[in-house]
Amino acid sequence: MTVHGKPSRLGRMALIGIVLTYLGLILILPLLGLVRHTYEVGFGESFLALLDEAALDALLKTLYLIVIAVVVNAVVGTVGAISIVRHRFWGRSLLSAFFDLPLAVSPVMIGLGFVLLIGRGGLLEPLLQVLDLKVMFSFWGLTIGTLFVTLPFTMREVAYVLEEIGSQEEEAATTLGASPFQTFWRVTLPNIRFALGYGLLMTVARTVGEFGAVLVLGGSISGQTQTATTFIHDAIEERKLPAAYGMSLTLAALSICLLLGLEWAKKQRKLKLSGRHTP
Amino acid sequence: MSAHALAPTRSEKVLRGFTLLYVAGLVLVPLLAVLHFSLLDGAAALFERISTPVALASVWLTTWTAIIVAVLNVLLGTATAWVLVRYKVPGRALISAVIDLPLAIPTLVAGVMLAILYGPTSSLGQSLEGFGIHIVFAPLGIIFALLFVTLPFVVRAVEPVLEEVDPAEEEAARLLGAGPFTTFKTVFLPAILPAALSGGIRSLGRALGEFGSLVVISGNIPFETLTAPTYIFGEIESGAPETAAAVSGVLLMLALALHAFAQFLERRTGARHATS
Repeated sequence: MTVHGKPSRLGRMALIGIVLTYLGLILILPLLGLVRHTYEVGFGESFLALLDEAALDALLKTLYLIVIAVVVNAVVGTVGAISIVRHRFWGRSLLSAFFDLPLAVSPVMIGLGFVLLIGRGGLLEPLLQVLDLKVMFSFWGLTIGTLFVTLPFTMREVAYVLEEIGSQEEEAATTLGASPFQTFWRVTLPNIRFALGYGLLMTVARTVGEFGAVLVLGGSISGQTQTATTFIHDAIEERKLPAAYGMSLTLAALSICLLLGLEWAKKQRKLKLSGRHTP
Repeated sequence: MSAHALAPTRSEKVLRGFTLLYVAGLVLVPLLAVLHFSLLDGAAALFERISTPVALASVWLTTWTAIIVAVLNVLLGTATAWVLVRYKVPGRALISAVIDLPLAIPTLVAGVMLAILYGPTSSLGQSLEGFGIHIVFAPLGIIFALLFVTLPFVVRAVEPVLEEVDPAEEEAARLLGAGPFTTFKTVFLPAILPAALSGGIRSLGRALGEFGSLVVISGNIPFETLTAPTYIFGEIESGAPETAAAVSGVLLMLALALHAFAQFLERRTGARHATS
């Protein structure tokens, strides 16, 4: 579309100026500021601080949580999406609503919900005592918090693609005598793989980034329930700034890598979907 | 439509049953627990717990900053989408990728970055202080952090809608003598308004519950920069879950209402929530 007339040219420059200032002040300058500040404190010192036992342990906890969240959400998200898009059953729209809910509510408040259930004096405390299971302030607490906040991503992505591509191919496979298992592996999975990848990358990003829920349920005990984000928080409180900046920069770099992966998966998914619409 | 061809087998139904149980246990049970505990001692006790001065101050701070952020987001997010879709700005792909950054970066790290840039140790922070503009440990810092974490919501809701607007309509408006402003009002505004609104409501909902990015930048000073989620966290820590549940119950109801309204708008516009 070409721009007609002169007055809109000035308006255009002004609008671009406003948008770039906005993005610069809120996003880009803060990111560059973190890099520069870590440089001033000393890159060497900041990254050496991450070799400290507590820091490595926090990173390892985050890594464990990533593995758990990815495995669980790959299964639950795929099964949930297929059920919601392909099946008709009682409670279907309710299930869909539950999947979306973690996007809408504060992790701190849901963390509180779990505290009320499994914390001291909670409703389920007697049951946990019988089972001799410690959930609060243990790795289980971190796991529950992480699984809650990462619930929506794979389901939403996979469901979106399943809806777009329709069910003809799967029906054809079934009619030709493929078992449900074969249909899934040979037809459905290849179709949803980029959507699943996108959802899982979002799951990783969310797992790394979660703070409120894991703080409430884990308590950020150094060496036990401290994750990468709660490590940063504690390091700032204790004025261990090189460690805080080093870890922040590490997580920021990791998110940028994840972002590149997300952009790639988004492009692949788009290509795959648009390839289908042209006969 | 041969729906029966894909009728679920028994094992699929079992898998589906497990998923339902898992999701209900993970989402519904804790949500009901908060609502249950907030009303456990009756409405009078609930009212008493949320109307202590410090609780009221924190809820009020969270509410007004969230509203400002939602409004700013609608305006600036729409402007950003407009620039991205309609203008050939150099580095457009890079700008577009940067907009998704808040979805990938830990919100706590976002808070750290903003605190560094606008804090007393940076030259920018010092010169702003010189003008009497306080950002770190001040409500303005809360607004900046909330703008960071909600940045993609309006942009990503408006972008696809803007791409769909028929160039012929715009051409027609211009040929009929409409100026740029009238063209925007008659051709574009009706199309993008529901999308911008749904993004704005998403921002509002998110801002009401944000915690990680605010802990570092706000300083959590009661009556000044203590937001509702931080207040709730403090009450959990200090062993007062009933107060935490009261404030959470009210905010959760509000969040659910906003969520339902945003979903209604998204269904109408076909836009998707930017968190995915």
